[in-house]
Amino acid sequence: KAPDPTAPQTKGKPRLLLMGQRRSGKSSISSVVFHKLPPSETLFLESTARIQKDSLSSFMEFQVWDFPGQIDIFDNPNFTFDMDAIFGEIGALIWVIDAQDDYLEAVARLNSTILHLHRSYPHINIEVFIHKVDGLSDDYRLDIQRDVTIHIQDELSDQGVENAPVNFHLTSIYNHSIFEAFSKVIQKLIPRLGQLEAMLTNLCRTCRFEKAYLFDVNTKIYIATDSTPEDMASYEICSDYVDVIIDFTEVYGSWPRSEQWRDKLQGEPWAQPLDEQVACEWAESGMVLADARRPIMLREVDRFLALVAIMKEGSYDKMPQINMNVDVVVKGLTEFFEITKPKDVGGGAQGLASPGLV
Amino acid sequence: QLKKVKKQKVLLMGKSGSGKSSMRSIIFSNYLARDTRRLGATIDIDLSHVKFLGNLTLNLWDCGGQEAFMENYLSQQRAHVFSNVGVLIYVFDIESRDVERDLATYVNIISALVQYSREAKVFVLIHKMDLIQPMMREDVFDQRAALVRRKTAEAVAIVHKQKPEQSQQQQQQQQQQQQQQQPSQQGTPTTPDPSINLQLFATSIWDQSLYKAWASIIHDLVPNLGVIETQLASLGLAIDADEILLFERTSFLVVSKWTSPEGEHNPYGDRFERMSNILKSWKHTCSKYTGTPRNAEQFSDFEYKMGATFSMFATKFTTNTYILVCMPPGEARFNSAKLNVAAARPWFKFLDGPVVPPQPAAGGASGATPEN
Ligand SMILES: Nc1nc2c(ncn2[C@@H]2O[C@H](COP(=O)(O)OP(=O)(O)OP(=O)(O)O)[C@@H](O)[C@H]2O)c(=O)[nH]1
Ligand SMILES: Nc1nc2c(ncn2[C@@H]2O[C@H](COP(=O)(O)OP(=O)(O)O)[C@@H](O)[C@H]2O)c(=O)[nH]1
Ligand SMILES: [Mg+2]
Repeated sequence: KAPDPTAPQTKGKPRLLLMGQRRSGKSSISSVVFHKLPPSETLFLESTARIQKDSLSSFMEFQVWDFPGQIDIFDNPNFTFDMDAIFGEIGALIWVIDAQDDYLEAVARLNSTILHLHRSYPHINIEVFIHKVDGLSDDYRLDIQRDVTIHIQDELSDQGVENAPVNFHLTSIYNHSIFEAFSKVIQKLIPRLGQLEAMLTNLCRTCRFEKAYLFDVNTKIYIATDSTPEDMASYEICSDYVDVIIDFTEVYGSWPRSEQWRDKLQGEPWAQPLDEQVACEWAESGMVLADARRPIMLREVDRFLALVAIMKEGSYDKMPQINMNVDVVVKGLTEFFEITKPKDVGGGAQGLASPGLV
Repeated sequence: QLKKVKKQKVLLMGKSGSGKSSMRSIIFSNYLARDTRRLGATIDIDLSHVKFLGNLTLNLWDCGGQEAFMENYLSQQRAHVFSNVGVLIYVFDIESRDVERDLATYVNIISALVQYSREAKVFVLIHKMDLIQPMMREDVFDQRAALVRRKTAEAVAIVHKQKPEQSQQQQQQQQQQQQQQQPSQQGTPTTPDPSINLQLFATSIWDQSLYKAWASIIHDLVPNLGVIETQLASLGLAIDADEILLFERTSFLVVSKWTSPEGEHNPYGDRFERMSNILKSWKHTCSKYTGTPRNAEQFSDFEYKMGATFSMFATKFTTNTYILVCMPPGEARFNSAKLNVAAARPWFKFLDGPVVPPQPAAGGASGATPEN
């Protein structure tokens, strides 16, 4: 009864399951990434008692299920879980391990979960978040990662399971690592990702961009980047730029102006509707960094997505030409998502609290 | 008409560990909130001279708060510490367990201040509010604020009783003046006998509240504020802006602002400190990315056009300031505003140094009509 692994995964709503011990940080993670809770306020989160299901409607629709740590779904006399209902349409299982705590029990439970799943749902991606690594030294982080990896692989191979799809990420809600990790997890669920990446690579070549990212604006997850090597520093600055734009948008762009204001602006000497006075109907922005005069640019793609790129030094003067190239790629991206989108978009989805760059 | 260089003595006091040095480092030395965990306790008094705009220097006295030091300030060093004070910033740690004792120390400090610098302004920061559940913050603050106000009034009353030579009239004058200046700071009513200018703020280094408090602290110290405000207003009207903010370049505190009648409809009352916070953390991001020092200049020009909703730009303005302009949408309007802002730079030259007189204010402004 396993789902057909060759079927495109976006047919339903891919589901991200968050599991792990109590207090490992699952609810904090989903609140910070999907609901913009400031990390420091996670200290006040209550322990999760029931499965918390979030439906997120973005460039694609997906669900995030936050499991209470104390429930073991495979071994629980009080509840019987419909396994197909949980794992049938799954996109990824994210297992959160608290790196600042004793993690042996967590690893043992993760092992038994992998073994259970391996039998019936062999194609589920298992993503292990070694979490709360803020405050740990780089060396110590790597030690823990090695230790956890060995524990899991040994146990699995003892049980005769080889090559289970298990990936590891070092994460913390206090920096970009949690968003990076989610980006990686989500990218695996995007059909035809290669095509997206090729579009961005092309854009970088024609416009002389150093690096370009396609962001989901609400979560700051990047869903694709060009083919140049991965670079955490560029991701961070682009992601923070999205933050700046979101904040400005909220403060100055989220409340209605008066009729008089509009009338005055459309009257003499401009004598044109506001829509026609602007050059671009979508949000666009640029900033020149003092360092080598390197510009950063952002361009909204649709309600959910924005393109952010770091440009080569001194290229700000060529902006008009660059904007034309960007327009072409944005059109391509829009078409790409028209095609991939399931037909029933919007039905019943809760959506995110903030409106994005509308 | 322009005032000369001003030196202002600013005392930063409060119990050890309450967060004084942390705030100072974030606002004036570009520390990140998390870097402050590395700060050691301040030994005795840490003096710094912060150049704030061209003609204002803050002499910041960061007074280590350990008990032995506090006693020393109140006794041997009393006259040295408390005379010629322009501003006292007193910090309470909201998590402190010994509130009674904290208040007792505070009362002693206020007495010393009133004795030596009766004109000084007092800012009380109820700090580390991030440690209080978000829902409880307002209540907790209001309660503590009321307590501090009462204690302040008591302390002042006692000093005045000891020094009956102070005239009643003088007291009344001060009282009136103060009520005009801060009609309903934080919504709490002013105390019946506030013959000392007191303002209270809830703060945390983890959010923008810090910028709100410090912007008010420096606001009244900035010389020529009236001139700045008039010039900003002329500029705003000339370019059809909805809002203009002027930031000091290192701290990114809002020095002055102007808002059009339409801009006044903005429902985000906290936007000024929010902008400081956003731009300052953006500066950190840039510095991390480029590897340049944090207090170096990090960006020059910024533009954001949000379709037919609004446009904005921020740019290096004078040597000591950045300007942020928020305005109606429209390409031509935007371009001409940018030109006009650049042209207006000379009117604000006086922000950079004490000697340069300002260009004629109102007259200069009318010359700057939109040039397409
Ligand atoms: N949670 C929280 N911690 C804070 C805040 N402000 C400062 N701290 C922490 O409080 C500790 C003490 O801060 P300091 O700034 O050194 O305290 P101080 O008042 O200068 O102390 P003395 O120099 O001994 O008088 C540091 O670990 C800071 O990180 C805040 O708003 N919230
Ligand atoms: N230092 C640190 N603490 C974290 C991190 N993520 C979560 N926490 C803290 O861990 C505690 C438990 O988090 P919670 O989300 O309730 O755990 P759950 O039971 O797995 O949902 C909270 O106090 C969080 O503030 C992190 O990345 N770093
Ligand atoms: Mg100190």
